[in-house]
Amino acid sequence: MSIIEVADLSKTYRVFQKKDGFIGALRGLYHREYKEVRAVERISFRIEEGEMVAFLGPNGAGKTTTLKMLSGLVVPTAGEARVLDYVPAERADPFRRQFALVMGQKNQLWWDLPAGDSFQLLREIYSIPRARFDKTLSELVELLGVERLTRQAVRELSLGERMKMELIAALLHGPRLLLLDEPTIGLDVVAQAAIQKCLRDYHESRGVTMLLTSHYMRDVEALCRRVIVITRGTLVYDGPLKGIVERFGETKLLRLQFEDDAPEDLARFGEVVRREGPAADIRIDRGRVSEVLGALLNDYALADVSVVDPPLEEVIAKVFEEARLAHDAA
Amino acid sequence: MTPLDAVAARPDPFRLADGEPGAEPPSSPDRGRGPVALASKYSRIFRIALIERMTYRGDFLFGTVLRFLPIVTTILLWRAIYEGSGQTELGGFRYREMVAYLLLTNISRMFSSMPGLAAGIAREVREGTLKRYMVQPLDLVGYLLASRVAHKVAYISMAFLPYAGLFYVCRGYFDGFPDALTLAAYAVSLILAFLVGFFFEATVGMVGFWFLEVTSILYIVMTLNYFISGHMLPLDLLPQPWAGILKVLPFQYMAYFPAVVFLGKVQGWSLVMHLALELAWAVAFMVLARVLYKVGLKRYSAFGG
Repeated sequence: MSIIEVADLSKTYRVFQKKDGFIGALRGLYHREYKEVRAVERISFRIEEGEMVAFLGPNGAGKTTTLKMLSGLVVPTAGEARVLDYVPAERADPFRRQFALVMGQKNQLWWDLPAGDSFQLLREIYSIPRARFDKTLSELVELLGVERLTRQAVRELSLGERMKMELIAALLHGPRLLLLDEPTIGLDVVAQAAIQKCLRDYHESRGVTMLLTSHYMRDVEALCRRVIVITRGTLVYDGPLKGIVERFGETKLLRLQFEDDAPEDLARFGEVVRREGPAADIRIDRGRVSEVLGALLNDYALADVSVVDPPLEEVIAKVFEEARLAHDAA
Repeated sequence: MTPLDAVAARPDPFRLADGEPGAEPPSSPDRGRGPVALASKYSRIFRIALIERMTYRGDFLFGTVLRFLPIVTTILLWRAIYEGSGQTELGGFRYREMVAYLLLTNISRMFSSMPGLAAGIAREVREGTLKRYMVQPLDLVGYLLASRVAHKVAYISMAFLPYAGLFYVCRGYFDGFPDALTLAAYAVSLILAFLVGFFFEATVGMVGFWFLEVTSILYIVMTLNYFISGHMLPLDLLPQPWAGILKVLPFQYMAYFPAVVFLGKVQGWSLVMHLALELAWAVAFMVLARVLYKVGLKRYSAFGG
């Protein structure tokens, strides 16, 4: 059984259109105009138990809406979602005991109390046996290095420390499925790495299934082998992370090291990205690699050559941009 | 060693040996269904809310003392009214009884007023923190009730001494202490006043599912309630049919009713019937709040959560 099965899932919101100015606001009182916004359009995918999947897409692509549909916060307009063999929108208690949703921008801990008190409350909410609770808590607290902070009021913690506490709160009841929406948003590199490390270790030992959205490619590269890309509510890619570059990366980067200063007429081969002293980077179409390399070796004395894929972030940005253009043209 | 290395250097803490107590499946969905678990859950909420309240005890005490100021001006106002009217009795209340009544409505309101409850629900809806109750096996109304009981316990126990002092100073306005049976009925009427107040405000708060901004609605409801609950003056003072109408409505149970029970103005069958009616209103608002919550959640999740 797949842990998540999604078939032709769609969500359309009706959004009230507010008119400009005072007269517009008055007219809005009597005659409301609505616009339909298709947040998610017929997406389908499956996620098997133990997978770690990243959900990518630009802002407003429908990632969060999809996560909300999977956790039962939003009822789909059409299509079907089955999560842990339940229909999420029914919000059955046994279903709710088996997953956790972490939203990077929302906190569920009590602001004025130490996180430890919130953890105790969660122990009751999820009816976690005390022995198991104590064990899990001490493990998580140690792993994230927050031993001394659980007795401090949450409002006195830094953003990174708070996020770690949120993560602990989400894992206390041992969920089988973890949905994470921007878990590292706004964190510094060290805190990001600590969160990634915790997620990875937890995944490896417990085999928990994870689906996460993030804008940081660093998160994705560190955690997920499989990525699902959606733009404008439609699924455009589902497969291994590496495959994105192969499928959408139409260019390669030539890193050249000349014996002397790099020549000035490199633009005839492709786009010159960098030229400093003897070093130069040129971006060329994938299909022209051997042809260009041959010509370069023929014409110049080269000390070193390497051919690399463009950075993942660049490729993804291009995928997003193309989807936007295609959408605007349609 | 950087903090990061320290994290990396630790052995994997999640690995569990077979047979260890923790090695059971990560979560069993059937746990925590029984009434004991349920009671334990909401008593924990109660305890935590109690601790939270205590973090602001300075503000708390200050607020309690400030509440006494309007009482003084009210007493002076009614003295002027009685002297001006030249009558000894207004709507069946003598001057001393009137002051006693007004002091007692403060006790009623101590139980039935729910500052921030309706606005809090509306805020949870607007800001999306409501999600928490949807994702976790937790019920919003039960949660709010448990924490509200905690707030009340904290408030009433802290306000006890100042209020005892106030009543001692004002003892001249009372005709001694009521008998044990009346006192028992008074206690019941106060507890029911709490429930009526709680579920009424919870019902009002659910309006937040339909209107994003509820401040003005709440303002109207609360201002009106101050009058029609009898907090401002005894309902008997109003001309018919208003007095009759207001005595059928639930609002009187939040201020008027417990006060007149204490004064011994309602007795025998009438007392029993009114207590039953008070309970019925509490149940009615409870059902209404629940239904609105259910319908509201449906709407909420259709509109985007």
